[in-house]
Amino acid sequence: MDASSGIPIERTARPYLIGIVLALILTAIPFWLVYDGALPRETLLMVIATFAVVQIFVHLRFFLHIDFSTTPRENLIALAFAAVLICIMVGGSLWIMFDLYHRMMV
Amino acid sequence: MDLFGRLTIESLPFYSAIAASGAAVTVLGALAVVGAITYFGAWRMVLTEWVSSVDHKKIGIMYIMLALVMLVRGFVDAAMMRSQQAIAYNSEGYLPPGHFDQIFSSHGTIMIFFMAMPFLAGLANLIVPQQIGSRDVAFPFMNSISLWLTTAGAGLMLLSLVVGKFSTAGWTAYPPYSGVQFTPGVGVDYWLWMVFIAGFGSTMTGINFLVTIIKCRAPGMTMFRLPLFTWTIFVTSLLMIFAFPALTVACATLILDRNFDFHFFTNAMGGNMMNYINLFWLWGHPEVYILILPAFGVFSEVVAVFSQKRLFGYVSLVCATVAIGLLSFTVWLHHFFTMGSSARVNSFFGTMTTIISVPTGVKVFDWLLTMYRGRIIFKPPMLFTIGFLVTFVIGGLSGVLLALPPIDYMMHNTTFLVAHFHNMIIPGVLFGYLAGYMFWFPKAFGFKLNERWGTYAFWCWIIGFYVAFMPLYVLGLLGMPRRMEHYEIAAWQPHLIVAWVGAFIILLGMACLAVQLIVSIRERNEALDLTGDPWNGRSLEWATSSPAAPYNFAVLPQVEGRDAWWDMKARGVAYQRPDKYEDIIMPKNTYVGAVIGGAGFVFGFAMIWWMWWLAALALLVIFVAVVIRASDDDSDYVMPASEVKKIEDARFAELAKAPRNEMADDPGYAGDPVPEAT
Amino acid sequence: MTLEAMTVSPRDAEKYEEKEFGFWLYLMSDAVIFALLFATYLVMVGNTAGGPTGKELFSLERAAAETLVLLLSSTTFGFAAVALSAGDRSKVLMWLAITVLLGACFIFLEIGEFCGMIQEGAGPERSGFLSAFFTLVGTHGLHVSVGLLWICVMIGQVFFKGLTAPVASRLMRLGLFWHFLDIIWVVIFSVVYLPGVL
Repeated sequence: MDASSGIPIERTARPYLIGIVLALILTAIPFWLVYDGALPRETLLMVIATFAVVQIFVHLRFFLHIDFSTTPRENLIALAFAAVLICIMVGGSLWIMFDLYHRMMV
Repeated sequence: MDLFGRLTIESLPFYSAIAASGAAVTVLGALAVVGAITYFGAWRMVLTEWVSSVDHKKIGIMYIMLALVMLVRGFVDAAMMRSQQAIAYNSEGYLPPGHFDQIFSSHGTIMIFFMAMPFLAGLANLIVPQQIGSRDVAFPFMNSISLWLTTAGAGLMLLSLVVGKFSTAGWTAYPPYSGVQFTPGVGVDYWLWMVFIAGFGSTMTGINFLVTIIKCRAPGMTMFRLPLFTWTIFVTSLLMIFAFPALTVACATLILDRNFDFHFFTNAMGGNMMNYINLFWLWGHPEVYILILPAFGVFSEVVAVFSQKRLFGYVSLVCATVAIGLLSFTVWLHHFFTMGSSARVNSFFGTMTTIISVPTGVKVFDWLLTMYRGRIIFKPPMLFTIGFLVTFVIGGLSGVLLALPPIDYMMHNTTFLVAHFHNMIIPGVLFGYLAGYMFWFPKAFGFKLNERWGTYAFWCWIIGFYVAFMPLYVLGLLGMPRRMEHYEIAAWQPHLIVAWVGAFIILLGMACLAVQLIVSIRERNEALDLTGDPWNGRSLEWATSSPAAPYNFAVLPQVEGRDAWWDMKARGVAYQRPDKYEDIIMPKNTYVGAVIGGAGFVFGFAMIWWMWWLAALALLVIFVAVVIRASDDDSDYVMPASEVKKIEDARFAELAKAPRNEMADDPGYAGDPVPEAT
Repeated sequence: MTLEAMTVSPRDAEKYEEKEFGFWLYLMSDAVIFALLFATYLVMVGNTAGGPTGKELFSLERAAAETLVLLLSSTTFGFAAVALSAGDRSKVLMWLAITVLLGACFIFLEIGEFCGMIQEGAGPERSGFLSAFFTLVGTHGLHVSVGLLWICVMIGQVFFKGLTAPVASRLMRLGLFWHFLDIIWVVIFSVVYLPGVL
C-alpha cells in the first residue's frame, strides 16, 4: 500500500513469480499423489488439506501481498475475524449435521 | 417464449373479499402518495432532493419513513390474527386457514425485514456520521443502493398483496413445506426474492458503516471515545457483514430447489432439509442481535441525557456490546433444540445461550446505575427507556428458561416462545427505535415532536404490550401451539380475548404516534429547535444545526474526551465561529442508486413469475448502471466557502434567537452544563 | 506516469484506502458464502440418490488444466499490476487481455465439464450431491465470469482514460477479487475434485 496515494504499488514481478512457482508445486504434489493412488485414503486427505492451507498462505503472501508490515491493521483484523467465524460456522455446521445424521439418519 | 411467464388473470386477488380489500388498500395507498405529490407540485423536489440523494441524513429519513409505513402494514396482520384467534374457538373464525397462514408469514417477514432493519439503518444513517464528527458515510453512493434495494424488497412485499399470494410457510420458510412439491405457486418465491434482494442492501449497509466508523472519525475521536450508539452500530455492522451470507446461501439454495429442480432440501433424491434450518439460523440468531444492539445504543444515549448524568460503566458497556456480537455466532442451534440433535450438541448450545444473557445483564445494571442519583427528566424517550428496563428483563428471563433444552422441548413452538420473542422485540427493539425516533426527530427536522402525545403513545404501547403478550406466556404453559388458525380448547379463549384487547390498546398507541406526528407538524413553529441541542446533549450530533447542514460540520471538531459535545460545552469551546471557511467537497446526487433498486424490484418480480426475458433485461439494466457509475470519475462537486459561510451565518443567526438551553423549561432540569465531579 | 509520481490529494488518498478496505470486507463476506457452500457440499457429498458419484464423474486432467489456467491468470494479472505501477499503459492492456483469455479458457473448460455431465444425466437435478456440486463450483464460475466482464470494462477504461488514479484504484480492487477467486479454487480442487476421485 502506498501511503501517499492510498493505492497499492507493486514494483516488481518477483512476488508473482515466486508465488506461481510455489503454487504450481503445491498443486502438482497432491494431484500426483491422488493420481498415483499409492497412499491410503486418510493420509491422502491429510496431505491434500495441508497443502491447500499452505497454498492459501502462499496466495495471501505473494499474490495479495498480505504481511504484517504493509497491510493496514484493520484488513488483518477483518481477515482474522473472518477466519475465526468461518471455523465456527463451518465447524459448528458439520458437527451439527453429522450428529443429526448419526441420530436421525437425516 | 411466454411473455407473462406464469402470471395470469387468476393471479389477481378476486378470489376473496379480504384479499381484494387488502389489495385495494395497497393500490389506493400507492395512488394516494402519487396523488399527494402531484397535488403539491412536489415531483421535482422529491426526485432531485430525495430520490437521487446520497446524503446520509436524507437516506436515514427515507429509511425511517419506510419503516413506519411497514410498521402499520405489519400491525394490520397482527390485529387480524388476534381477532381471528379471539373468536375461533370451535369456529372457523373469519379467516380461512390459507389466508391466516399468509398473514402470520407476512407479519414476521415485514416486521423483521421491512420495519426493524430499515428503522435501524435509518437511525444509524441519520446519526452515526454526526456522532463521529464526519461529513458523510464512507460510501454515499452505495448507501443509496442499500436504501433502494431495501425498498425494492418492501415493494415486492406490498405487491404480493395485489398480484398473486404471499407465502404460507412462516417468516422462516422451512422445507420441505416451502419446497415446490408441497407449496407450488408464487408465495414462497415472493418471500425468497424479497429477502434475498433486501439482504444485499443490508450487507452493503454493514460494510458502509464499518468502514465509516473505522476510517472517518474526526481528529481525536478514538474508538474508546465513541458514543455508545456508534459502538453498537459498529458491532451491528460486523454482524451484518458476516451473518447475511448465511441467509444468502439459504435463500439461493431454496430458490434453486423451487425453480430449477435442484435437490438441496427435497424429501427424496438426496436432499437434506435440516441443512436449511442450520443455514437459516446461522443468520437468524445474529440477526436478532443486529436488531437489538442499536436499540441498546439508543437507550445508552437517552438514559445519560435524561438522567443528566454521564453514562455509567462506559468500558463495560463497550465490552458487553462486543461480547454480545461475538457470542451471537455461537448459539444458533437453540432455535432447533427439538429437531434431533444429541444431548452433547444441545447442551453446548444451551450453555452458550445462557452465557450470552450475561453481557446484556451487565448493560442493564450500567443503565440503572446511570439513572441512580441522576436528575431524571421524564420525557417520552426516557419513558420508553424505563419501560424497556422493566419489561425487557422479563423477556430475558423467559429466554434463559428456553435456553435449557429440556424446558425448550416443552415450550418450543408454543405461544410461550411467541411471547418471549415479542417480549424482546417490542420493549427492546421497538421501544428503542421509537425512543430514538423521538430523541433525534428534532435533529432531522428542526422541531420537536409533541410530548403529550408521545407520552400517551408510550402508555398505550406498554400497557397494550403487557395485555397482549402476558396471556401468551400463560397459553404456552397451557400447551397452545403457535400459529393456530382455530382451536377446540375452551380454556384458551379467555386469554386470547385478553390478548385481543391488548392488540386494540396497541392500535391506540399507533394512533397516538400518528396524531403526534400530525400535531407536531401543525405546531412546529412553537417547538422549534434553534440551537441544534434541544436536550442538552452529550455527543457530537448535537453540535450541528437542526437539521444539519449538508456537510454536517463546517469545521471538523477536535475531540478531546468521551461525551465530546458535553466536553466542548464544559470547556467553553462550543459554538465557535472560525475566522474563515474552506471549500467543502460533497458527493453529487445521482439516480443510479434508485435505478438499481428499481431494476432489482423488476428482477425479483420477473424471477418470481418466470418471466425470464424481463429478468435478463433487468439484470442488464443493473449491469449497465453499475458500469456507468464505475466509469464516473466526476462524482463530487465543490461547495464554495462562500456558500458554506452563508449556511453557517444563518445557523448562528438562529442560535442568537435562542441562547438559553431549551431543556431549561423542564422542571427536572438542573441548570447549565457543568463538568461532573470525578 | 508511475503510480508513485501521481499527485493524489490527501482526501482522495483516504478515499482510495476506504474503498480498498470496504472491498476487502465484501470479500470477507463472500468468503463466508463460499465457506457455507463448502459445508453444504461436505454434508451432501454422499447423497448421490443412487446416481453417479464424484469418482465416476470427475476428471483429474480437466481439474489440473483448469487449475493451471487460473493460476497463470493470477500471475498475468500480477504482471498487469506491475506495469500499472510503472505507468506502462500498453503493457497493462496486454497483460489484462492475456488474463481475460486465460480466464475465458477456464470458463470454457468448466462449461464443457458441466454440459458433459448434464448430457450424461448427471445434472444438478439428479441428486443432492450433484445439486451441491453444481452450486458450489458454479457459484465460483459465476464469480469468475463477472470478474472477466469487469476486466473487460477495465480494459476499456485504461484504453479511454489512461492510467489515472481512479482507474488504478479500481484495477487494484479487481486484483483483490481475482486473486481471491484463485484461493477459492484451491479449496475447490482440495475439497471437491481430489477427494472426489479417491
